[in-house]
Amino acid sequence: METLNAIDKKLLYKVAGLHEIPQGAYNIRKNGQSAGRNTTANIDIVTKEDRPGINVIIRPGTKNESVHIPVILSQEMNDLVYNTFEVGENADVVIVAGCGVHNPGSRRAEHDGVHEFFVRRGARMKYVEKHYGEGDGSGERVLNPTTIIEIEEGGTAELEMSQIRGIDSAKRDTRVRLHRGAKLIVSERLLTYQEQFAESNITVELLEEASTAQIISRSVAQDKSRQIFHLNMRGYAECRGHIQCDSIIMHDAQVSSIPEITAFHSDAQLIHEAAIGKIASEQLVKLMCLGLTEKEAEETILQGFLA
Amino acid sequence: MLRLDRVSVTAEDGGVAVPILKDVSLTLEDKKIYVMTGPNGGGKSTLAKTVMGIYKPSSGTITLDGRDITDMSITERARLGIGYAFQTPPRFKGIKVRDYLKLAAGPDSRADYCSLLYDVGLCAQDYADRDINASFSGGELKRIEIASILARELKVALFDEPEAGIDLWSFQRLTETFRALNEKTDATIIIISHQERILRLADQVILVSGGTIEEITTQEKFLGELSKTDDACRCRIGCLREGPVNGNAQCDR
Repeated sequence: METLNAIDKKLLYKVAGLHEIPQGAYNIRKNGQSAGRNTTANIDIVTKEDRPGINVIIRPGTKNESVHIPVILSQEMNDLVYNTFEVGENADVVIVAGCGVHNPGSRRAEHDGVHEFFVRRGARMKYVEKHYGEGDGSGERVLNPTTIIEIEEGGTAELEMSQIRGIDSAKRDTRVRLHRGAKLIVSERLLTYQEQFAESNITVELLEEASTAQIISRSVAQDKSRQIFHLNMRGYAECRGHIQCDSIIMHDAQVSSIPEITAFHSDAQLIHEAAIGKIASEQLVKLMCLGLTEKEAEETILQGFLA
Repeated sequence: MLRLDRVSVTAEDGGVAVPILKDVSLTLEDKKIYVMTGPNGGGKSTLAKTVMGIYKPSSGTITLDGRDITDMSITERARLGIGYAFQTPPRFKGIKVRDYLKLAAGPDSRADYCSLLYDVGLCAQDYADRDINASFSGGELKRIEIASILARELKVALFDEPEAGIDLWSFQRLTETFRALNEKTDATIIIISHQERILRLADQVILVSGGTIEEITTQEKFLGELSKTDDACRCRIGCLREGPVNGNAQCDR
């Protein structure tokens, strides 16, 4: 088992808010290898036999427990992993994933992760995913996460996904299927700068009655970076869905927001709101009137927007 | 003491310079409340924004306690102790009321956001953790705006129509808040308002019209004349009516 050095610990802190080895269940993956694992009475973690990755099995009724599964890359490599999560009936858990990349070299460091979740009847899952990149080398830092979620009757999934600078290229695919009375809340935060590129595709299928979904996506595009958002919601029954996609554009950046809502049932209520614009000048002026410089005002506005 | 000496402000309108303020001279003393009133479009907000540095004068000078601030930026003036409560304050997605008031108060301030919110009639428990976003009504936003000015230690506090959107129940507290600010600090308080209850706070009433100071008077005199206007349709300014209204009122322009 690999040990964690100072760089690893910094990455771990950035993606999982952890200073040390976490409490409860965890699995730390470093440069394609396991760097630590702990299971609890209710949460089991098993290595997959057919391909790289783990199965996380949360027993029905497990309450107030968390699972941390950070991935850290501190060298140039291409890492691909498939993780499956089984959140048992009526469980209530927090799953913290995330990937920190420190690329010291000139070649590419890439992590492609496929996370598949089964949120069983009446279960609640909060999934937090942070992406962070650093490194002095010229090598690209690339992350392509795929998240697939099935929410069974009465289940709830809350997703917090963020990527603030550091990642040169990201293509994020998220697909969620909701059954009767299931609920989805997604909050996505993204900041790109320099020549970075990020694409986020989220497809939500509201399959059965009384299912609800809310997606709030906020992004800031700076310098010459590019962002593409394709948020797609499909209602097949009496259901409610709301997408809010809000981007601040600066410098020579480019943002595309492609809305798509489709109803296959007359009782499906779907709303899509999308806006792209620069920071409003009256916001800057207001904060300058409180004694902030223009630069400080800008930072305060962006920090709040992405909080 | 805030002094404006022959200050003019112009705005561009289709390549043509339109005068907004014309040669305005004004001396405003510490620890006094001035209420600026007058017809819409007369230049009141422009005057306040010029003091704050949001608009630059095309000519004239502005001094604060003898120091020339004419060419200073908004930030520099704010740090000198000038504050301006917007007529239509902006909203900030993701910024909490608590953090906003802390930002307004500055890093070294001991101002307490709970009592600031109380002063503008809002319950800290309900509001401190809310984002200043579209979920706020216009009146709530105005009160937070006023609280952001009260949070600061100011030499000059400008309020642009603070009563707009504030309900009747909170109005009394608002006037008390201005009175308390006047008692507790030496700030020069300048309020743009059309409300009689605000006018009653004034040490002096400044009537701004057509980009000039038309008159500086006392509230007693101003309100006295205003009441005559009610009775006799003796319109002071911009009245297009001529002859009797309702049979017995008459316009004597």
